[in-house]
Amino acid sequence: MAALPEPPLLQVRDLRVTFTTPRGSVRAVDSLGFTVEAGRTLGIVGESGSGKSVTSLAVMGLHRGAEIGGSIALAGQELTGLTERELSRLRGRKMAMIFQDPLSSLHPYYTVGEQIAEHVRVHFGARRAAARRRAVDMLGEVGIPEPARRAGEYPHQFSGGMRQRVMIAMALVCEPDLLIADEPTTALDVTVQAQILELIARLQQERGLGVVMITHDLGVVARVAHDVLVMYGGRAAEQAGVDELFAGPAHPYSRGLLDSLPRLDDADDEPLRAIPGSPPSLLAPAPGCAFAPRCHVAAAATPQQRRRCATERPEPRPYGAARRSAACHFAGADTAATAQTAQTAQTAQTAQTAQTAPEVSP
Amino acid sequence: MTVETGPPDTRARPDRAGTDPAEPLLRVRDLTMTFAGRRSAPVRAVDGVSFDLAAGETLGLVGESGCGKSTTGRMLVRLLEPTSGSVRFDGRDISRLSPRALRPLRRHIQMVFQDPHSSLNPRQTVARIISDPLLVQGASAVDARRRAAELMELVGLIPEHIDRYPHEFSGGQAQRIGIARSLATGPRLIVADEPVSALDVSVQAQIVNLMERLRAELGLAYVFIAHDLSVVRRVSDRVAVMYLGRIVEIGDKKSLYENPQHPYTRALLSAVPLPDPVAERRRERIVLLGDPPSPAAPPSGCTFHPRCAKAQAICRTERPLLQVTASREVACHFPGD
Ligand SMILES: Nc1ncnc2c1ncn2[C@@H]1O[C@H](COP(=O)(O)OP(=O)(O)OP(=O)(O)O)[C@@H](O)[C@H]1O
Ligand SMILES: Nc1ncnc2c1ncn2[C@@H]1O[C@H](COP(=O)(O)OP(=O)(O)O)[C@@H](O)[C@H]1O
Ligand code: SF4
Ligand code: SF4
Ligand SMILES: [Mg+2]
Ligand SMILES: [Mg+2]
Repeated sequence: MAALPEPPLLQVRDLRVTFTTPRGSVRAVDSLGFTVEAGRTLGIVGESGSGKSVTSLAVMGLHRGAEIGGSIALAGQELTGLTERELSRLRGRKMAMIFQDPLSSLHPYYTVGEQIAEHVRVHFGARRAAARRRAVDMLGEVGIPEPARRAGEYPHQFSGGMRQRVMIAMALVCEPDLLIADEPTTALDVTVQAQILELIARLQQERGLGVVMITHDLGVVARVAHDVLVMYGGRAAEQAGVDELFAGPAHPYSRGLLDSLPRLDDADDEPLRAIPGSPPSLLAPAPGCAFAPRCHVAAAATPQQRRRCATERPEPRPYGAARRSAACHFAGADTAATAQTAQTAQTAQTAQTAQTAPEVSP
Repeated sequence: MTVETGPPDTRARPDRAGTDPAEPLLRVRDLTMTFAGRRSAPVRAVDGVSFDLAAGETLGLVGESGCGKSTTGRMLVRLLEPTSGSVRFDGRDISRLSPRALRPLRRHIQMVFQDPHSSLNPRQTVARIISDPLLVQGASAVDARRRAAELMELVGLIPEHIDRYPHEFSGGQAQRIGIARSLATGPRLIVADEPVSALDVSVQAQIVNLMERLRAELGLAYVFIAHDLSVVRRVSDRVAVMYLGRIVEIGDKKSLYENPQHPYTRALLSAVPLPDPVAERRRERIVLLGDPPSPAAPPSGCTFHPRCAKAQAICRTERPLLQVTASREVACHFPGD
């Protein structure tokens, strides 16, 4: 036997994040597991409130007052239970995060050069002049023209896109292995978004970064992600390689999301296939599948199957290709041959899963 | 739901004596808005915008943030008085009318906003929110309430929820309330400013479908403002692309999307991420350099020239005017490939 395989860059298992609110406790994230490998990008998609940000803040150890359960391991090191001091040593040096609104994470009264240099000094104990040189280099690397001059400017003197570049420079200056980007381009124009996504991809390649890209935009996922985690109501609905997901989503919610999108190339004379209803409230979670009230597969199923959806919570189970999973009692039911009922489709799918990693036909 | 539940007097027309019968529903000419900067130079947010809109037609207005879409929309409904230029609605110039003279026309032109919750008064019930425009127009309280319930049904809300408050509704439902309110007076034109941008992806499609259905049933015309090019393609008959306060390309939706002529339209379309990983990998993207410039200090000549790969000397000195090219209008010295 060869030596033990290296642990993945980030491995999250059975993550649970619970907030105590005046209206009762809220389980914002539940039973969530995923893996990020070095050099790869995991796209996390989901609607507002589905738990994307809560998940990333939990990984970064940035939740005050939330109860965190389960396991978060960074290159094999368990992060849950670490003290704030230990965590802050890892933040920046091993893992870093960028947000939708860079202004909120930049200090208005210090120049961007000073702010980036400060990171270098804290984590590497570098001298002032060396840290400053490193900051200017990094600004150049993220594509800021005239970096030496711009390092002396304040955040408000930068445009939105340039500010996001500054954030990326700050995040990467201490050479972390993992970058979590929470909607980094949502506030940007589409032409500037294209620049930022390209920049992140280039830096990832040069440095072998593992990237978590959080977004609600399936187009962004299709452009940058290798693997995708679809979240719904604080849980994983589906996990798959990006091509598999878009070619044949296994979970009815993933299917619904893809079908409801207007596209640049669709026939635009039929109504969009909208998902009815609205996203669930976490305050009063239903006992069964959180998607059940909106699910077209459940709606078309037998009363007995529907009862199962309403009462039994589906856990993520392997589906099709290796490392692919879906949390649905009837995963793939609407992906498989059109005329099949949910029941027979599921039987077919179970048979498929038994064989070796077959592709799901769209 | 049928047309009968729609506004009773949708077809009522404002006074249009002495106007050209061939005149479109909306005729916008040289619309310009200059904001006096407090400490900075004046900002010309909209700079000579012209277009026509026929009854029942949808014009999509796209462009990056700050290019003047909302300002244009607000001038169309006269939430803003233009610095210069004209807005003729059904043959009548409304751009200079006094608030009093404007009041009878208001019912024909309504607006739907981006953020459904912040555009609804949190202290008013849905009944009040929807019937307010009717009460202003002189309807009785009983009639207005009945009409509000009808409108709720029309936009897919449960009429029994008429006495609830906005916070009791989800974002998508709140946007339905905003749409119901805009329909109360039986308008012929709705200016919708990013009506689905703040909504969850799964809910956007519901609202897009609703707006399309209402247009068909009620014969509405829309000016549909959005930065999402896929949504605009879906709802529009024609599309206008704005850059720094000006329309740089305007034309039939199909030809504009399939064969964009202005370099900015091309770049914009190629920057949109497609929800298809295989297509994304194959695609050649035009990545523009730099950010959109500030309207307070617009570049000379063609304002797009600092970011344009095709720019020549003339582009820095001479402003290109809209000219008919490949069955649409384009403002570029070197349109096409
Ligand atoms: N500090 C907190 N206290 C209580 N509930 C919270 C707290 N932070 C987040 N939540 C809840 O957790 C859920 C998930 O929130 P989260 O911010 O992760 O959503 P998201 O997927 O990032 O959404 P968005 O797309 O809007 O950014 C939401 O219901 C939210 O209201
Ligand atoms: N009330 C105002 N005062 C000063 N400047 C304004 C005002 N409203 C808008 N602007 C400016 O006008 C330009 C166009 O704005 P807007 O029409 O809101 O753009 P869009 O809707 O396309 O994002 C922007 O530069 C904006 O900052
Ligand atoms: S478990 Fe049932 S309700 Fe949930 S997604 Fe699957 S089919 Fe739909
Ligand atoms: S006029 Fe010149 S700079 Fe402007 S878009 Fe056309 S080619 Fe580019
Ligand atoms: Mg978030
Ligand atoms: Mg706007």
